[in-house]
Amino acid sequence: MTTPPRPHPFWTIERRDAVAGYTFIAPQLIGTIVFVLIPLGLVFWYSLHEWNVLANTFTFKGAANYQHLLNDPALPQVLVASAIFSACLVVLNMTLAILLAVLLDQKLRGITVFRTLFFSPVVVSLVAWTIVWGFLLQNNGGINGFLQMFGITGPNWLRNSTTAMISVVVVQVFKNVGLNMILFLAALQGVPKELYEAARVDGASPFKQFRRITLPMISPTILLTSIITIVGSLQVFAQIAVLTQGGPGFSTTVLVYYLYQQAFQFHFFGYGSTLSILLFVIVAILTFAQWQLRKRIVFYEN
Amino acid sequence: MSKLTSLKSAAAMAGILVPLAWSGTTWAQDAINLRMTTWSANEAHLAMLNEIAAGFKETHPNVTVTFEPLPFESYTTTLTTQIAGGNPPDLAWILEATAADFVNSGALAPLTDAFTKTEGYDMADVTQQATALWTKDGQLYAYPFSTSPFALFVNNDVIKAAGAKTPAELIAADQWTWDNAFTTASTVGKSGKTGLVLRDFKYQVWQNMASIWDAWGATPWSADGKTCTFADPAMVDAMTAIHKAIFTDKAMPGPGEDIDFFAGDTAMTITQISRASLLPKENAFDWDLVPLPKGPAGDYAVVGQAGVGAFAAGKNAETAVAFLAYMTNPANSQKLAQFFPPARASLLNSTTLAATNKLLSADQIENVVIKGIATGKVLPGHTNFAQIQQTVRAGLDALWVPDADVPAVLKSVCDSVTPMLAM
Repeated sequence: MTTPPRPHPFWTIERRDAVAGYTFIAPQLIGTIVFVLIPLGLVFWYSLHEWNVLANTFTFKGAANYQHLLNDPALPQVLVASAIFSACLVVLNMTLAILLAVLLDQKLRGITVFRTLFFSPVVVSLVAWTIVWGFLLQNNGGINGFLQMFGITGPNWLRNSTTAMISVVVVQVFKNVGLNMILFLAALQGVPKELYEAARVDGASPFKQFRRITLPMISPTILLTSIITIVGSLQVFAQIAVLTQGGPGFSTTVLVYYLYQQAFQFHFFGYGSTLSILLFVIVAILTFAQWQLRKRIVFYEN
Repeated sequence: MSKLTSLKSAAAMAGILVPLAWSGTTWAQDAINLRMTTWSANEAHLAMLNEIAAGFKETHPNVTVTFEPLPFESYTTTLTTQIAGGNPPDLAWILEATAADFVNSGALAPLTDAFTKTEGYDMADVTQQATALWTKDGQLYAYPFSTSPFALFVNNDVIKAAGAKTPAELIAADQWTWDNAFTTASTVGKSGKTGLVLRDFKYQVWQNMASIWDAWGATPWSADGKTCTFADPAMVDAMTAIHKAIFTDKAMPGPGEDIDFFAGDTAMTITQISRASLLPKENAFDWDLVPLPKGPAGDYAVVGQAGVGAFAAGKNAETAVAFLAYMTNPANSQKLAQFFPPARASLLNSTTLAATNKLLSADQIENVVIKGIATGKVLPGHTNFAQIQQTVRAGLDALWVPDADVPAVLKSVCDSVTPMLAM
């Protein structure tokens, strides 16, 4: 008599491991599917329709919204405003962040106080921060009142197209520069000190040390922060909504604010979705380009 | 967990959940919850509305009405976002500027038939002038529960301190014109205080300027809404006068200056009479309320309106309309009238209004409120108003600089807004 073969167990070690693994990534995966991938698909679907919320009509329009995108007379101004905003923001933010990080990378008494001070705006509520700046930037507000004490008549910050753009950029930079500063500070402290010692022995000036040692060593962080900052700059909304509402004229109507107006104020949800597809494509291209650049510019130790 | 225990617990869960779900459906069939969005979070307003809702519950015990105040600045955006998200309220306040959008969209339930059938409603008492904006093809789609005239609040202390003539003196001398009003404001403005503030305008909400430019007979577009009239001579004259008042005469605060009349350092402000509630109770100043001054086009009045409608697609639309009929019947209209100037002719007399508006004198009620409602033109509105509003706002931004070319700016406003008016 032969013994019957042992039944093959269903829960093999591999299967158990797989279940455990999928269970661990499930929260993140479900979150991404529900809150990122499905909405992304829906936005694309909406962009092919004309959706009138009030009349409750949802009609298929094919590429009509994309056609309108090419012919929209306001769009060139909007894209230019977005480009100016992003360019100014990234340059100013990165320069200031590196500068602050280098200054704060000193072994001085009380340096932590300064680090905390420069980082604190990051944890302040964005809208509260912007509203306070709104008061300061008024024509009869705090900044012009301060300038008046020195006999200077300040510009009407938010009512002139150039100063309005400068204002929203600076308000955004001061809000977020602390975050980049901390990242740079961490990177600076990771630079091996013996490199500087060797450079000093060879007679390199402080500037040369910065140019030849510091910058290459922190270049991975520069890449990371520049991607985060550029993507963040394209999504600016609250500052514009609170400070300028896109004005004067269209000078501070950046893409996200324009998208918001079309979808939620003018009720053109279809065209609003088309604009968000455009934003998605722009962000994707920029991120891809920066990622490609890293091979040429960024220095990796290993 | 063994198979048996999990089966047991599943059965137990089902034993709890199924009856719950069952009772849930029967409960939902009986009770009706109506939600009304408003832009007033004022406690007195809400108390009055809740009182009316409680009255409705006496005859409709299964109906509960809740009021949901939304911030005024983003009211219509929030409302349409709720609709887009598939969670529309049953009833909503609607601003005059967006009346055309809502009335023409088919989103609102028709009201006239239901109101006429309601016993004791007396539809004929509701003035046609008040309902015009909210009516399409003879059907009312939202009830104008508030018709609030624009008027001038005056701070006599500030004006006398600057040595200027007060509006009351000018009215007594029959010299209450925009020229003289601007002169008074200018004298105060040059004395270091503020002359005239057009409240809520902020160089953004340009439609509020109608309370000034109507004195010149100016309009933003033709009566049928199809032709832009921003560049017409009447508007050019009116805007030139406003521009001069701001930049040459310092009669009005310039762009980027936020000043509140009720703080006490301003001579005059144009706003709706319902703002009387903002008059300071401590450190009160000698205030007055006067009608808008005469302009080149003679006497005029401007009103802002608010309507309330029921959404046709809601599953309780019929009950919502019934509540609206109750909320705006003669008795409740009188309650509403203590805050919101009514649309019923029978309530538009100084006795009724004086009993409910304790702040205002009989003269002020007669000359400002009743006359204003009787003759007032509603603030401009248009289908697709939000987009038109933004486009005109962007165009007018070029006007708010000292050396602006008024006719050229107004022409460019027409150039950009004309395609939208024709849509």
